[in-house]
Amino acid sequence: MSLNDYLFWVVLPILCLAVVLVAYRFFKGPSIVDRVIALDLMITIGIGIITIYSIMTKQSTFLDDAMILALIAFLGTVAFSYYLEKKEEK
Amino acid sequence: MSDILIMILCTLGCITVLIAAVGIVRMPDFFTRLSVTIKAATLGIGLLLAAAAVFFADISISTKVLAITFFLFLTAPVAGHMIGRASYFTGTKLWKGSVRDDLEGKYDKETHSLGSESREDEESIS
Repeated sequence: MSLNDYLFWVVLPILCLAVVLVAYRFFKGPSIVDRVIALDLMITIGIGIITIYSIMTKQSTFLDDAMILALIAFLGTVAFSYYLEKKEEK
Repeated sequence: MSDILIMILCTLGCITVLIAAVGIVRMPDFFTRLSVTIKAATLGIGLLLAAAAVFFADISISTKVLAITFFLFLTAPVAGHMIGRASYFTGTKLWKGSVRDDLEGKYDKETHSLGSESREDEESIS
């Protein structure tokens, strides 16, 4: 079994299953903070999927997108928590 | 040889990510979900990125991978702290099996400042 076959048939399906489980929590989540951390984890798993894809296609340029996604996930979580706290102050 | 190493790193990483995903579904409470999210996802993504570094075996890619990993390790605790603080202010309930809440009464609801003494005690003294 070559490396590409292993990545395509074993590693990527496990990551997709993880995304589906997190999406379940994202849609069900009782409160809004649950949804925020579910979105954060979903983007973080997206970084992993991009990494695996860049190994499969031998294109290292995709890792730049992974870095930008990490930045967006951090900024999104911080902005959400900031405005949730602001909303509580009123 | 390096294929075997990449396979091992990818498998460990994706299993860690899967454990984080199962944890975020199965945990009973927001704060336990937060703890399982940050730690497991950071370790899993670090292992997957290490697999990419081994695969490309190039100094520029390794630097890029190190930068992403360092960024994740740096920002995940900050984001976790901020969202945990916001959720505590918005009144997220603890799990009914939680033993103790160390922060109870120590946050000022008006100014959002943290004191070491319980607020109710200060008011009763003055």
